[in-house]
Amino acid sequence: MNTHVKPSKLIKGATGDWEVIIGLEVHAQVTSRSKLFSGASTLFGAEPNTNVSLVDAAMPGMLPVINAECVAQAVRTGLGLQAQINLRSVFDRKNYFYPDLPQGYQISQYKSPIVGEGTVIVDVSPTEQIEVGIERLHLEQDAGKSLHDQSATDSFVDLNRSGVALMEIVSKPDMRSADEARAYVSKLRTILRYLGTCDGNMEQGSLRADVNVSVRRPGEPFGTRCEIKNVNSIRFIGQAIETEARRQIAILEDGGSIDQETRLFDPGKGETRSMRSKEEAHDYRYFPDPDLLPLEFDQAYVDELASALPELPDAKKSRFMKDYGLPAYDAGVLVADKETADYYEAAVNYGGTKRDPKLVANWVTGDVAAYANSVGLAVAQTHLTPAQIATLVDLISEQTISGKIAKDVLAILISEEKEGDPRAIVEARGLKQVTDTGAIEAAVDAIISANPDKVAQAQAKPTMLGWFVGQVMKQTGGKANPQAVNELLKAKLGI
Amino acid sequence: MTELTDLTLADARDALRQKKISSAELTMAYLAAIEKARPLNAFLLETPDHAQAMARACDERIARGEAGLLEGIPLGIKDLFCTEGVRTTAASHILENFVPPYESTITANLWRDGAVMLGKLNLDEFAMGSSNETSYFGPVISPWRRAGSTAPLTPGGSSGGSAAAVAARLCLGATATDTGGSIRQPAAFTGTVGIKPTYGRCSRWGVVAFASSLDQAGPITRTVRDAAIMLRSMAGYDPKDSTSVNLPVPDYEEVLGQSVKGMRIGIPKEYRLDAMPEEIGRLWDQGIEWMRAAGAEPVEISLPHTRHALPAYYIVAPAEASSNLARYDGVRFGLRVPGKDIAGMYEETRAEGFGKEVRRRILIGTYVLSAGYYDAYYVRAQKIRTLIKQDFDQAFDQKIDAILTPATPSAAFGLGEKGAKDPIEMYLNDIFTVTVNMAGLPGIAVPAGVSSEGLPLGLQLIGRPFDEQTLFALAAVIESSAPPVSLPSAWWA
Amino acid sequence: MSVDAVTVRKIAHLARIKVNDADVPHLQQELNAILTFVEQLSAVDIEGVEPLTSVMPMPMAKREDVVTDGGIPDAIVANAPVSEDRFFVVPKVVE
Ligand SMILES: [Mg+2]
Ligand SMILES: [Zn+2]
Repeated sequence: MNTHVKPSKLIKGATGDWEVIIGLEVHAQVTSRSKLFSGASTLFGAEPNTNVSLVDAAMPGMLPVINAECVAQAVRTGLGLQAQINLRSVFDRKNYFYPDLPQGYQISQYKSPIVGEGTVIVDVSPTEQIEVGIERLHLEQDAGKSLHDQSATDSFVDLNRSGVALMEIVSKPDMRSADEARAYVSKLRTILRYLGTCDGNMEQGSLRADVNVSVRRPGEPFGTRCEIKNVNSIRFIGQAIETEARRQIAILEDGGSIDQETRLFDPGKGETRSMRSKEEAHDYRYFPDPDLLPLEFDQAYVDELASALPELPDAKKSRFMKDYGLPAYDAGVLVADKETADYYEAAVNYGGTKRDPKLVANWVTGDVAAYANSVGLAVAQTHLTPAQIATLVDLISEQTISGKIAKDVLAILISEEKEGDPRAIVEARGLKQVTDTGAIEAAVDAIISANPDKVAQAQAKPTMLGWFVGQVMKQTGGKANPQAVNELLKAKLGI
Repeated sequence: MTELTDLTLADARDALRQKKISSAELTMAYLAAIEKARPLNAFLLETPDHAQAMARACDERIARGEAGLLEGIPLGIKDLFCTEGVRTTAASHILENFVPPYESTITANLWRDGAVMLGKLNLDEFAMGSSNETSYFGPVISPWRRAGSTAPLTPGGSSGGSAAAVAARLCLGATATDTGGSIRQPAAFTGTVGIKPTYGRCSRWGVVAFASSLDQAGPITRTVRDAAIMLRSMAGYDPKDSTSVNLPVPDYEEVLGQSVKGMRIGIPKEYRLDAMPEEIGRLWDQGIEWMRAAGAEPVEISLPHTRHALPAYYIVAPAEASSNLARYDGVRFGLRVPGKDIAGMYEETRAEGFGKEVRRRILIGTYVLSAGYYDAYYVRAQKIRTLIKQDFDQAFDQKIDAILTPATPSAAFGLGEKGAKDPIEMYLNDIFTVTVNMAGLPGIAVPAGVSSEGLPLGLQLIGRPFDEQTLFALAAVIESSAPPVSLPSAWWA
Repeated sequence: MSVDAVTVRKIAHLARIKVNDADVPHLQQELNAILTFVEQLSAVDIEGVEPLTSVMPMPMAKREDVVTDGGIPDAIVANAPVSEDRFFVVPKVVE
């Protein structure tokens, strides 16, 4: 993968080109009601230390018991990443001291993760796809939260998140640009949301990424990498990579060398800086957690989960291309969000009749998406229903209204008649297209006779036809069938 | 009539059911005995009000004909078991003021069956020790003394408070825990019976952890029957402990007195140590004879990895402990000593909160898990554990029903006599018991005789996994063959 | 293998246990005594032996995904040396 990097991905330095190598460790919060090893709730935003059991607070003598659903979610995710599912995995303790780590260790999977190698197909642009390898996925506990701004001398610790199940998804160092990394995280998030294994909500911290960045001269071995911790938006991931790559290039071009270290991205200052607190050499003293047994299940369990898996974005995209004849770009845009894809299909198939899939796609990815975007919602979250869009498309196909009138109807649906039926709106407001040739002919004749100079011009330069069309449409209040107007004008002007 | 406190647990149970005695009076008798025995330092906390309230409730249930298995029986609880609303310290400064808002599964089982809590018993700090001398609250003094001497002796450890309290008749039975021999060694030192059941038989939930893969709770009592009664109540599947085994708990009392004829008793040749005192060897030979006399067949067996068990234990146990004790950081409970920053607070708290032996074991455990040493120490020790377990599997494959060994390499020693210069000297106490923890097997210590100095000596029986019944049957044979234990008279009162 | 004074300090720091200068020599000696004692294990042939992972091998029972716990913030912070508004309070942590 990516052995011959495209010149367009290289970064120009003062002394030549550099290639940036990116690998990501994404922490995705598992969608579950209760925590990985305790019966406390995972709900976000509770009062301090409320979603905390004695186990989560690491009271003396408390013991972990694994949540079956978290295991199933990890397996589902592994299947969605086309990855190796390990029928036997082991939970280890990662030992370190931190106030939001009550046990003094994190239960994680070190040597034997539940999921092994897999692959994600990433659309970097409408015309460029890359494959990003998955190294592994393992289950682990989240830590609590320390609040540092409540007091000048103290930090406040809330353990509500402590023990929530995370999937750490580690990619191979297969990305070569900030764009690729951004596209990878978007795709990963789409897959997780399709699977229902992580809500992908980056604002609430359900998805965070540690970004490993190194640079090298094309064709040379990997350089020393730095890890940028806990980047919590896709935009910041891109910025952090670009900033960090430039920092490393500047050092190397100055004859310096890169120290392997953990860094933090500061979006405000647009820089990465060394995390001094994490600098001291870590020695996590991993060993198998003696409070737990190896996690084992059989292939039948995996097969059952596999058979109940929903259609995933790649499969849906292929189906949209095949069944609806959509171009790859449209299909890709539609499947990027499962709800949008479902919305689209509901519109195409509304009322048990199939309508022009391309036309529906144009509306959903065009005007509807633009409106949704303007109000900060996803397409499926707006009040516009697939039925309304389907009817609008039907009205166009039946030539009851023109595309232009349809836009007016959509504006009415958006602002005036939110629950309105487009057909009734067209009826009530007299927006029906005029197809009566007599009425159109009268308008055409009137325009021609009133503008003899323009007629002469048009006969010399047929592109003037547009002016006549515009005048006729104006005269008919936009309701004239544009095709009929065109034909009549051409005949009468003799062009 | 004899003193109420001289009754065995079984006798007291029967007398309570027959309403010959009340739990209230039995409990009062024990509370009085405990008060007089304070010089022994066996109890870290006496809970007389609690005990009397429980006893009254027991008497009411008995009157209603609703008596549970242990209805009205006053017990002592090792202070490693968390008890709801009752201070639980693990004999450590770091937990000196810890009051758990929860009850351990084992003690909950005991209360479910009607037992009465007299108080919390002293132990080695975090159960790390073999003489009770590592307790932050000072050592337990054994009720036993050498003939003609008043020198204070150890009751053994870590369940020294439990063993001393049972031997001194301060409770009818006591909970205990055993990570490397901490039930069986103190039982042997005090002329009491102690059983460490199979790993997974008793829930670890709510028991302050020392080394998770080795820790197992069990009872210390005055007779084999009493141990059988008490274990039945303590044992059982607990969904809150992932290592708890879902198997029915038999009525262990039923096997007592059953014939052991034809049973094959393994005699491991590797347990005959060069440095073993002669009287220990003689005791063992005596035990073999008792087995033969009862119709069982002693068979020499080989457990070739025995001598590696103790060093491997001193890698595995401290490693697990170093991690288990990381939660004592001064943040959520326990002692906090201020420091210059958060790391300083941790370091000050843990330096002051943990005693010397606990600190030593945490450091060893940290070292053997650290980068570059993990494979050489921890992984190697766990491989040796596999070999130790295979030794036992092979013995049991030769149709061996149980294995007979000495329980300890010597009788009880004096306080301050061992381990002051060299920690290894103290660790050697567990030489016969530790293999059993490493393999997860059940082991019972039964009084079998006295030393030349008049101190109790015990034999150990090791069983197949979850076959505690055979151990009880054979232990009953030793108990009835051996000269009766005459518990020390109350010199402390 | 034996530990030197630097290693003793390093381990103590990893374990977050303060060690005074005066304690280093005897700690070093005690740790080395234990390491010497366990040294005999290096002679054991462990070729092809799997490390023990569970003492009593059995399938690990799993919990159902239901909320059965929590909602006890007062009990959670009841034993805390310092707490405020149901938060645990610690000396300021610098990231
Ligand atoms: Mg990581
Ligand atoms: Zn992680």
